[in-house]
Amino acid sequence: MKRILLTLGLTAALLANSACVRKDGGPTVANDTGAIKVGVYGDLSGQTSSFGQSTKNGVQMAADEINKAGGINGRQIQLLIEDDQGQPAQAATVATKLVNQDKVVALIGEVASTNSLAAAPKAQEGRVPMITPSSTNPKVTQVGDYIFRVCFIDSFQGAVMAKFAANTLKAKTAAVLGDVNSDYSKGMSQYFEAQFIKLGGQIIMRQSYTQTDPDFKGQLTSIRAANPDVIFVPGYYGQVGVIAKQAKELGINAPLLGGDGWDAPQLWELGGEALRGAYMANHYSIDDPSPAIQKFVADYKARFNNTAPDAIAALAYDAMKILADSLKRAGTSDGAKLRDAIAQTTNFPGVTGMISLNADRDAVKPAVVLKLEPTGRKFIYTETIQPEGAAATATTTGGAPADSASPQTAASPEGGATGSSGTTGAGNANANANGNTNTNANTNTNAGARATP
Amino acid sequence: MDTFVQQLINGLTIGSIYALIALGYTMVYGILRLINFAHGDIYMVGAFAGYFIAHGLGFALEPSLIGFGITLLGSMLVAALIGMAIERFAYRPVRKYARMTTLITAIGVSLLLENLGVVLFGGAPRSFPQLLQNQNYTLFGNAAISKSQILIFSVSIALMLLLQWIIYRTKVGTAMRAVSFNLNSAKLMGINTNLIIAFTFALGSALAAAGGVLTAQYNPQIYPLMGIITGLKAFVAAVLGGIGNIPGAVLGGLLIGAAETFVVGYGQSVGIPSTYRDAVAFSILILVLLFRPAGLLGSTVQEKV
Amino acid sequence: MPTFVKRLLFAVLVIVALLGLNAMLSTEGLFGFGLDDYYGRLLTFIGINVILAVSLNLINGFTGQFSIGHAGFMAIGAYASAYLTVYHAPNWEPALAGMVGADAAHVLIFLLAIFVGGLVTALAGLVVGIPSLRLRGDYLAIVTLGFAEIIRIVILNIDKVGGATGLTVPGYTNFVWVGIFAVITIVVVHNIVRSDTGRVLVSIREDELAAEAMGVNTTRYKVLSFVISSAFAGIAGVLFAHYNKFLSTADFTFLRSFEIIIMIVLGGMGSITGAILGAAVITILPEALRQLPTIALFGQEFNFADLRLVIYAALLIVIMLTRPQGVLGTSEFGMSWLRRAQKRPAGDEAVGASAGVPIAERDESNTDPDKEVENK
Repeated sequence: MKRILLTLGLTAALLANSACVRKDGGPTVANDTGAIKVGVYGDLSGQTSSFGQSTKNGVQMAADEINKAGGINGRQIQLLIEDDQGQPAQAATVATKLVNQDKVVALIGEVASTNSLAAAPKAQEGRVPMITPSSTNPKVTQVGDYIFRVCFIDSFQGAVMAKFAANTLKAKTAAVLGDVNSDYSKGMSQYFEAQFIKLGGQIIMRQSYTQTDPDFKGQLTSIRAANPDVIFVPGYYGQVGVIAKQAKELGINAPLLGGDGWDAPQLWELGGEALRGAYMANHYSIDDPSPAIQKFVADYKARFNNTAPDAIAALAYDAMKILADSLKRAGTSDGAKLRDAIAQTTNFPGVTGMISLNADRDAVKPAVVLKLEPTGRKFIYTETIQPEGAAATATTTGGAPADSASPQTAASPEGGATGSSGTTGAGNANANANGNTNTNANTNTNAGARATP
Repeated sequence: MDTFVQQLINGLTIGSIYALIALGYTMVYGILRLINFAHGDIYMVGAFAGYFIAHGLGFALEPSLIGFGITLLGSMLVAALIGMAIERFAYRPVRKYARMTTLITAIGVSLLLENLGVVLFGGAPRSFPQLLQNQNYTLFGNAAISKSQILIFSVSIALMLLLQWIIYRTKVGTAMRAVSFNLNSAKLMGINTNLIIAFTFALGSALAAAGGVLTAQYNPQIYPLMGIITGLKAFVAAVLGGIGNIPGAVLGGLLIGAAETFVVGYGQSVGIPSTYRDAVAFSILILVLLFRPAGLLGSTVQEKV
Repeated sequence: MPTFVKRLLFAVLVIVALLGLNAMLSTEGLFGFGLDDYYGRLLTFIGINVILAVSLNLINGFTGQFSIGHAGFMAIGAYASAYLTVYHAPNWEPALAGMVGADAAHVLIFLLAIFVGGLVTALAGLVVGIPSLRLRGDYLAIVTLGFAEIIRIVILNIDKVGGATGLTVPGYTNFVWVGIFAVITIVVVHNIVRSDTGRVLVSIREDELAAEAMGVNTTRYKVLSFVISSAFAGIAGVLFAHYNKFLSTADFTFLRSFEIIIMIVLGGMGSITGAILGAAVITILPEALRQLPTIALFGQEFNFADLRLVIYAALLIVIMLTRPQGVLGTSEFGMSWLRRAQKRPAGDEAVGASAGVPIAERDESNTDPDKEVENK
C-alpha cells in the first residue's frame, strides 16, 4: 500500500509540476527584454539521432558565436533543446511544449520532413516562426506562412542529378536505390526519375533498402544484372558508404550519384576507396577554400571532438544565423514581425551558399556537383547548377582549386555575373550579393537570383 | 544463373549472422522460457566492444589474422560478462514471477542498453575497422564472394559446431539440457542451476558478439540501435526453427536470410517490391506457424492436465 | 438511491469533469485559470493511452493471451478513418453541412470515422485472431508482433496514405471526445469482465485446459476478446489521427506496442485502474524527465535531461524488480463505490486475482503480503 501511495504521490508531484497557469485571455505579448529563447528540436536518441545531434551542434555553435559577439541588439540567445526520438507525434509534442511552455520566439527543427510536418502546425498555430534546416519535402513550408527552410527542396536536388547524369555523364540508363523509410530519399528518387526520363533516359531498375538493413548485396546484385549506366542512391552517408563498398565487392563499376545526405566524414570511413568516381549534389563543399567555410569547418572541428561538420550541421548553423539576422532586422521578437523579417531574407551569405527565401518560403540557391576523390578524401568541384527560373545565373570563373583535378564543365557560363570578390563573413546582415557557393575560391556567384520556381 | 548463385551467397551470409544471434535467443528460451529482448542489443554491444578493442590495441591500422582473432575473442568475452551481469542483476530477481514481468524487464534492459549506447557513443554510425585485408574471389561468371563473406561462413560454422559439442559432449552441456527439461528437477539432481543459467547467458551473448564483429567486417556501419531489427529478425528465425531447438535456430536463420535476399532480388518480377523485405520474415513465420505451431523443428509438447 | 440514478449521476459527473477540464484548456480558461496546449496534449494522450491500455488488458490481463501487436491495430484504425476523412468526407461534407450546419457536420463525420475505424480494425482483429489464437504463449506473442509489423510495412508502401512522408489529417478530435471514449472503453471492459463472458475469459486465463474441459469453446472466446480489444485500439487510432492531425508509420512501430504492454504490466495485469494508472504514468514520465536539471558533479556538468531515456529504462527495471506484479497487482483502486453501485454476486474477488500466472506455475511463497491488504 505504501508503495502505491508513493507512486500516486510521484504522479501527483509530476502533475503538480505542471500547475495551472493563469491565463490572460489574450495572446501573449512579445517580451522584448531578457534572453531570446530559441527552441531547437530533433531526434537525439532515435534511429536518426546522428542528424539531430548534428543539428544541435550546428545551432549551438552559431548561437555561441552570436552571443560572443554581443548577442542580438544586446540580448543573448538562449537555446532550449528538446529530443523527439525521431517520432512524429513526439516532435509535435515537443514543439507544443516549446511554443506554449517555454514561449520560444522561434523554432529550429527537424531534419526528417515527416517530423517537421507533424510539428509545423504547432508553430503555425502558436504564431511562432519555424525554420527547418534540412527538411526537403515541398509540403513542409506549405503548412503555413510561419514555416521556412534553408535547404534545397527534393525536386531541385533530384533534378540536378538527373541533368548531370544525362547531360554531363551522357547516361542513357539509370538504376535507383532509395531508402523506403526516408521521405527525403523517396522525394529525390521521384524527381530524379521524372527529370531523367524527360531528358531521354531510362530507369531500368528500382530497388529500395531501409536504414536498418544488415546488407545491401541483394539489391546490388539485381542492379548488377540490369547493368545501368549510373546508379542513383539518394540516401544518407551511413548506408551509402556501405553500399559503395559492397557494390565494388560485386564488381559494379557504374558511378553512384547522390545528394547532400551523403555529406559526412563517416562516408569516407565506411566507403573508402569504393567511392572513387561517385558524384554528389551539395550546397557547399567542406574543402572549399573560401575563408568563411574554412573558418566554419575549423571552428566546428575544434569544438566537437575533431569531427568534421556534415551538411546537416552546416544547414543548422545557417538556419540559426538567418534567424539571428532576421531578429536583428525585426528589432523585436514578436512572431508576426519576425516572420516578415525572415521572409525578407535575401542573399544571406551562409556557409551553405547564398540564401534567399522565395515567396514559398523555400531557400533558393544553386547546387554544386562534386566528384568524390578518396585519396585525401576530397570533393572535386565539377559544376554548379542553378535553380530553374533563376533570373541571373551564376558562373564559374577559372582558378580551379589547387587540389582539383579538372573541373569538367561549368554549367552555365552565359550568366555573366560580376559580383565582387571575397566572401562575406557569415552573420553579416543583409550582405551584398557576394558569397561563395562553390568550390572555386575566386568564384563569384551573383546570386541576385530571387528565383520564382 | 550467376545472379542466382550470387543472391544465394548473399542470403546465406546474412542468414548465418541471423543464425548466430538466434542461437542465443533459443538457448535462453529453452532454459528459462524467457524472450530475451535485450539479446539483439548484446549483438550491438559486441560490435562496439570489437570496435574499441581493435582501436585500442591498434589492430585497426594493420589488418592481420591475429588482430582479428583477438578482437573477436575479446568482444565475445566482454559480451559474455555483460550478458551474465544482466542475468544476475535484472533477470534472476524476477525469474520466479509471471512471464510478463520478466518480459518487461527484458524490454527495460534492452531500452537501457540502447539509450546508454546513444549517450555514450552518439547516434551517428561509426565505421568498424577492416581487420582483414578484403579480397574478392570470382566463382564463375559474375558470381563473386568476398573474403569477409567467407569469414562469416567459416567462423559461424565453427562456432555452431563448437556449441553443438559443448551441449552434447560436455558435462556442462548435459546440465544445460537437464535444466531446460525441468529446472526444479535439475536442481533436485544437484545441478547448480544458477551457474548453468549464467553460463547459458554467457554462451549466447558471446555468440551474438561474434555475430556483431563478423557483420561489422561485412557491413562496417555500427550504431547503438543496430541490434533492434537484426535482433528481432534473429528472434523470428529462432521461433521459425522451433524455439528452444538449436539446429532449428540455424535452419531458421539461414531460411530467413535467404528468403529476404530472394525477395529483394526476384520479388519485383512477381509484384513484390524490395520495400517488403522486412515483412518477409514475419510472413514466412506466420505461414509456418499456422501449419506447424511449434516451428519447423520444434516438437509440440502435449499439455498434461 | 436506485442504481440507474447512480449511473446517471456518474455519467453527468464525468461529462461535467471533462467539460471543466476542456474549459481550462481553452484560451479563456476556467474562471481565469487554465492549462496550455502542452498539458492539453498530454491529457489527451493519456486518454488515448487509457483506451489502448484498458483494451489490451482485456486480452492480455483478463484472457491471459499474450498479444504484443496493439500498435498495428491502432494504425489500421488511424489510417482507415483518415482515408475516409481525407479522401471521401470532403466530397459530401458541404451537402451535409447544408442540412445540419457546419459544426454538426464535423461531429457526424467524426463519429462516422470512429465507427469505420473501429469496424475495420475489428475485422482486421478477426482475420488476425482466428489463425493466431490457436497458438499459445510466446508463439502468439511473436505472431501478433509480426502482424503489426506487416501492417506497418504495408501502410508504408501505400502512397495514397502518405507512404514515408506521412498524411495530414483534419483535426476533428478534442479532449472531450477522447475523454468520453476513454470512459466508454473503461465501462465496456469493466462490464465485460463482470459479465458471464468475463468469467469465461478469466477461466481461460487461469487454466485453458480446464476451461475447455468445462465445455467452453475457448477459441471462440479468445477471438471475441481479441476482436473487442482490437476494435478499441482502432478507435484509439482514430482519435490519435484526428487529434495529432498528422499520421506517419513511424508512430506505430513495435516500440509503441511495447509501450502499451509496459503500461499494463506496470499498472498491474488484470486491473483496469492499474491500466489507467500505467497509461498516465507512462505518458507523463518521459515528459516529466525533460525537466531534469543540469547538475555539476565532480567538476563536470551533467545534463540529466539528456539521460532521460536511460533513467526511464532504469526506472522500468527497478519497478519490475521491486513490484513485479505491477503497482496495483490485480486489485482495483478506489472503485469500491462504483462496484457497490452494481449488485455483485458473492465471490467476486476471484475475478482478476492472479496476475495472469497459471495456477500450476504459481509459487505460493512469492505472494506479496501487500497484496492481501489491498484486496480487502
